[in-house]
Amino acid sequence: MSEVFVQLQSIYKSYWRDSLEIPVLYNINLNIAEGEFLALMGPSGSGKTTLLNLIAGIDKPSQGEVIVNGQHIDGLSENALARWRSQNIGFIFQFYNLMPVLNAFENVELPLLLTKMNKKERRQHVETALSIVGLSDRMKHYPNQLSGGQEQRVAIARAIVTDPNLILADEPTGDLDKQSEEEIMNLLSRLNGEFNKTIIMVTHDPRAAEKAHIIRHLDKGELYD
Amino acid sequence: MPLLWNYSYKNISTRKLTSSLTIFGIALVVFVFTAVLMLSNGLNQTLVDTGAEDNAIVIRRASQTEIQSIIYRSMANIIKTDPAIKIDSNGTPMVTNEILVLINLPKRSNSKFSNVPVRGVTPMSLEIRPQFKIIKGRMWRPGTSEVIAGVKAASTFKGCGMGETVHFGMRDWKIVGIFETGGSGFESELWGDVDQLMDAFGRPVFSSLTMKLKSSNQFDGLKARLENDPRLNVEVKREKEYYRDQSSSTTLFINILGIIISIIFSLGAIVGAMITMYAAVANRTVEIGTLRALGFSRTTVLFAFLTESLFISLIGGLIGLITASFLRFIEVSTTNWDTFAELAFSFRLSPRIAVQAIIFALVMGIIGGFLPAVRAARFRIINALRAK
Repeated sequence: MSEVFVQLQSIYKSYWRDSLEIPVLYNINLNIAEGEFLALMGPSGSGKTTLLNLIAGIDKPSQGEVIVNGQHIDGLSENALARWRSQNIGFIFQFYNLMPVLNAFENVELPLLLTKMNKKERRQHVETALSIVGLSDRMKHYPNQLSGGQEQRVAIARAIVTDPNLILADEPTGDLDKQSEEEIMNLLSRLNGEFNKTIIMVTHDPRAAEKAHIIRHLDKGELYD
Repeated sequence: MPLLWNYSYKNISTRKLTSSLTIFGIALVVFVFTAVLMLSNGLNQTLVDTGAEDNAIVIRRASQTEIQSIIYRSMANIIKTDPAIKIDSNGTPMVTNEILVLINLPKRSNSKFSNVPVRGVTPMSLEIRPQFKIIKGRMWRPGTSEVIAGVKAASTFKGCGMGETVHFGMRDWKIVGIFETGGSGFESELWGDVDQLMDAFGRPVFSSLTMKLKSSNQFDGLKARLENDPRLNVEVKREKEYYRDQSSSTTLFINILGIIISIIFSLGAIVGAMITMYAAVANRTVEIGTLRALGFSRTTVLFAFLTESLFISLIGGLIGLITASFLRFIEVSTTNWDTFAELAFSFRLSPRIAVQAIIFALVMGIIGGFLPAVRAARFRIINALRAK
């Protein structure tokens, strides 16, 4: 059995709207091993994205601890968290979230601007990432010149270009047709199987979840098997 | 260099209409700002160029200008013996006694009357002003009612053109030549024989004495000797400094008026830049959230938007500056408030003005872009990612 890579301990999360506290997650305990592929399922408003955001360090728990690869990220400062994210996390969004004014190459290059790589090294990394997702011939294309599936593949290339250990995907197939969905899920499976990336994916779609090794359900802020 | 400069630059070129309008607003303000500085510099330089570094001018103490000054012949004779004055190859001291009188003539453009300086000069006046050059006709002959006109006076005033006749001092004076002095203030004057002009105006006294020094560093000694001589009641100035002082009131007025106008205009441009940048931030909230999620810090996002604002203001500044630079081909004339004489001059651009204009544009960009950039940097990532 591989080591625990992501550890959530007694997580409680609530938001405040004026003076009203709105609980979102209750007593979440979750261990995810290195190289695991986990699907988080649940209805809208169940807290799936909030849980993903806590693991990504873009939100903080009200109570409890988030430990990723041995690092307690809930205690890090904002700048330290930003640095940590750039080095350890690859993010895939439902609506791809590409920069419309940048072409595919430049979009994938973005996370590398935070590293000390020179231009030549960045180019090599971007070309490798785009070839993994099968878009070597679309480098100069802008997002509005690509199909939804191709945009999501560019987003995946952006997520893997810094070679992070953990990939977080928030409804990665939620905006795609069936064929594109199949392509994206095969790509994620390949990243997990071939490149040993730990993947946590939030999804509504049972077909997408089938590709994961483990499926966990969230309902009204509580985690179920 | 900001990490996201390419992203900032490409966003400007994508939002063509809003960026162009903001650029236009900033260009307009920079144009006005640059034009004012060029106008002031043109006036100042025209007068400063009128003087030479190694020339000194003597006027009556407390006179601001030659117009108000009186130097008696007896005083002139004492002054001419000072050892600091250069001696020419003929053994003559290089000093000239001149008179300066204002006459009233109609302008060619609108027939309105304005003051024209008439300078009574001697042959030595030309020796100590090497920039003097007859470009048409000839020099006046001594003892005649002939004058020569500066190129700007000739083009501005009726009767001052080559071969024309102008009436003043109860005589008709024929224009027998047109001269240039390298764009200086002398070009707005009429020059004639000092003895003839003194006679015509009934003035037995000179207005000033101008002299070439043996060397520029002889000035302090000359000044000390003449100003402390109890027989004289005079003030000695370097010729360049004298003419610079003559532009001070007018340039001060132009500068104050121009800067007030520029500041008022710039408020409009800053608000324009601010609206553009707030709109940019509002339209790109999800992009900002994404950048932050990818690991870009608040500071990097702040600089990205500030860079965008600076790009816009730099482009606007360059357009305003380049457009204003064409003003140097335009010649204007105005009454110099220090001498009440009409002075023609051109807008003049200098490297200093160019730098000031670009800095002014960038300051507008920083002020206009700062608050929107702070707003972008302060977004919470999860809220930004959820924005529609």
